[in-house]
Amino acid sequence: MTATPAIEIHDLHKSFGAVKALDGLNLTVRPGEIRGFLGPNGAGKSTTIRVLLGLLRADSGSARLFGGDVWRDAVELHKRITYVPGDVSLWPNLTGGECIDYLARLSGHSDRGRLRTRKAELLEHFELDPRKKARTYSKGNRQKVALVAAFLTDAELYVLDEPTSGLDPLMEAVFTEYVREAKAAGRSVLLSSHILSEVEKVCDTVTIIRNGTDVESGTLDELRHLTRTSVTAVVGGDPAVVTSLPGVHDVVITPADGATRVTFDADNARIGVVLSALTTLDVRSLTATPPSLEELFMRHYGDVLEADGVPAAAVTPADGADQDKAGAR
Amino acid sequence: MSAAVVTRPSPALAAPAFGSTLTGTGDLLRFMLRRDRMRILWWTLGVTFLYAGGLGEYVLLDDPAASEARSVLVSSPAMISMTGPGYGLGDYTPGAAVANEFILWVVLTLAVMSILQVVRHTRSEEESSRSELVRAGAVGRHAPSVAALLLVLIMNVVIALTSALAVVAQDFDVTQTFAMTFAIALGALVFGAVALVASQAYEHGRGAVGLSLAVLGAAFLLRALGDVQEQHGSWVSWLSPIAWVQQSRVFVDLRWWPLGLCVAAIVLLILLAAFLGSRRDFGAGLVAVRAGRADAAPSLAGPVTLAWVQQRSALTWTTLGLGVMWLGSGTIIREVPNMLDAVQGNPMYAALLGSGEDMVRTFLGIFGLYIAAGAAAYGIAATLRVKGEEESGRTEIVLAAPVSRARWLASPLVVAVLGTVVVQITGALALWLGAASTGYDELAFGDYLELGVAYLPALATLLGLAAALYAWLPRATGLAWVMIGYVFLVGMFADLFDLPEWARKISPFWWIGNPALADVEASHLWGLCGVAAALFLLAFAGFRRRDVPVV
Repeated sequence: MTATPAIEIHDLHKSFGAVKALDGLNLTVRPGEIRGFLGPNGAGKSTTIRVLLGLLRADSGSARLFGGDVWRDAVELHKRITYVPGDVSLWPNLTGGECIDYLARLSGHSDRGRLRTRKAELLEHFELDPRKKARTYSKGNRQKVALVAAFLTDAELYVLDEPTSGLDPLMEAVFTEYVREAKAAGRSVLLSSHILSEVEKVCDTVTIIRNGTDVESGTLDELRHLTRTSVTAVVGGDPAVVTSLPGVHDVVITPADGATRVTFDADNARIGVVLSALTTLDVRSLTATPPSLEELFMRHYGDVLEADGVPAAAVTPADGADQDKAGAR
Repeated sequence: MSAAVVTRPSPALAAPAFGSTLTGTGDLLRFMLRRDRMRILWWTLGVTFLYAGGLGEYVLLDDPAASEARSVLVSSPAMISMTGPGYGLGDYTPGAAVANEFILWVVLTLAVMSILQVVRHTRSEEESSRSELVRAGAVGRHAPSVAALLLVLIMNVVIALTSALAVVAQDFDVTQTFAMTFAIALGALVFGAVALVASQAYEHGRGAVGLSLAVLGAAFLLRALGDVQEQHGSWVSWLSPIAWVQQSRVFVDLRWWPLGLCVAAIVLLILLAAFLGSRRDFGAGLVAVRAGRADAAPSLAGPVTLAWVQQRSALTWTTLGLGVMWLGSGTIIREVPNMLDAVQGNPMYAALLGSGEDMVRTFLGIFGLYIAAGAAAYGIAATLRVKGEEESGRTEIVLAAPVSRARWLASPLVVAVLGTVVVQITGALALWLGAASTGYDELAFGDYLELGVAYLPALATLLGLAAALYAWLPRATGLAWVMIGYVFLVGMFADLFDLPEWARKISPFWWIGNPALADVEASHLWGLCGVAAALFLLAFAGFRRRDVPVV
């Protein structure tokens, strides 16, 4: 690793009065990397981003953008980044088009002709009418204004804080396209979100934050490695051979057309053993799917959800060894 | 299910009964009353106290000399435009004076109230799509409109009652008083009905309020124009609903028929609104929304221009509104000696105006204080806009761009300071213009200009205070407003309350004194400039080091 990271946060702490918003957070985004920043509301995502933008002053730890101090060198660093907040507030008496131009000009971009064609293209793709006063925009439209302004300029780093809140699925797809375009152009992106599919679609790496601390960090593949694969098979033999193996969880057995349908999750570390056991059972069909981020997420927040009153059965338990009770016998 | 069940023919939908479009009006009205109970309370208290407090000086008119002086005063064109058609000027009793000078302002106040309330409960509800929920229930098409009208009817009647009691309590004639307050309520309701029509026409609440206020402004101007043309009003006056109220001649020679015009106008406007309302879609307006610019003007390049765009309309309207007020005030400076003769016996006035010396100059000093207090209020409101920017989250998007904190804070402050200077200087010059237009030339142009300029360093300290509070204690910015109140109190009533010296020195205006009487000491001006500079520096230092947004 030779290049200076776009974002480098080490052991960051920030409190608001008695509330600890950040408690020893670490986060790195290398040049050209698209990093998802996952966590539920209140985990400290926006606080982290505000520290990065030099808006909040960290209590301790270090936060650097392109190697520069986020607080002291804020103005210089901001020439190289662009930011989309999760809840965009605009100047009510300006039109959307005026807001976009204003934000672009603040960033110091002067190639008027290029900006104009790029703006027209973005407006068309995001289906935004720039002639309406900002006060009449819906939440989704305000979000589009910020997104158009962000993708209008060539930033080295995109800091996106839940950028698609309020957008419909179609517009989310447009957003994903532009993030991929930025990735192709070698830009770095920090995409904070609690929408897992969004992160899964575009990100190379993920950091999961909880209560102000990063609890998991790595490439999507690495993270998946830590978890399980969902297997569904229709077999002629008795599935007990497989389901009694260690590392197999959440077994569901249902009769299916004279055969047996068996569904279970297997620890990725033991998937080879499980599969070879399975092949002895007269397999008629087999599907194996990688774990979704949803599941990664549930592992880290399962207990939070339970504490919030969600029934435990709805949550994949961290330790599922005893999960053999479901299913029709 | 058994086959024995007799299938009843489903009842055919009967033709809707008359009034079905009003279904649910009562429930809506109850809901509005519940939702607005605090508003209703504050408007009622506010207007009632306006009467209770404003009547004091009219009671003094029982004295013939005072009433004579007053009737001369309100005969100037500027004063006619700000009062009424001048019934009873020959024998200007307290009642006649109240009717002539008070009705206009109370009608304006209650008209604004009626307009805001009607639009709030009709178009704004529709715009926010809250009424989509309501209308999906068993609620008729016209029910929200009728309920809103009934709401303003109730509010106006309640206010008419309480304010009539406040007036009667000061020994005014009971019949005439009730006739006056209820005539005013009727006049205000005309504008409530105008707002209902406007709510059909515009897709957005702001547009509807704007159109209604424009109609109110036109009514104000037509009445003024007609009454200035001819005593007791020309035909132009009669185009204005405000004139219909004034033409009832309460306290002079009461006649009821002009109020019939109000009733007729209300009925016609309601019918028009119902007609329009039946022909449009839910959520739609009749006037297409005008599209704005797709691209920003080249001038919108930085925070300073943005601050100007945000502040310019407030600055324009404040300058115009206060300017007209000081212009009108200027026209009475000529009459000050007569007026002072009339009230000299009153110890309260003596304490306010001092005695001996040049009373006109003393009076001018008081106007100077008023003008500066108006400019200070504008300046603090303009300065504290930065707080709204931060709370809304707009500050973050700008600071995330390569914009330094100093630049972000300085931009609106520069515009606010310059705007304050404009309000202050135009105020002083408007006073001069008013005085000069009546041919009063004992005080020169320079005297007025000096009066305006002398206050600038003191105004700067108040703005600096507001900025420093914002930077260090954003939650305590209300203290800046407290300071204005205190400054005004010291300026007006320091002698009356016998305030100690140190308490007076807290007020920046105290260091100015009365610039019309004596030159302000240069050391005081420099001192104030120094304090202002220190406060602004403090503001920038504080804002550089704190969290945004502050939690």
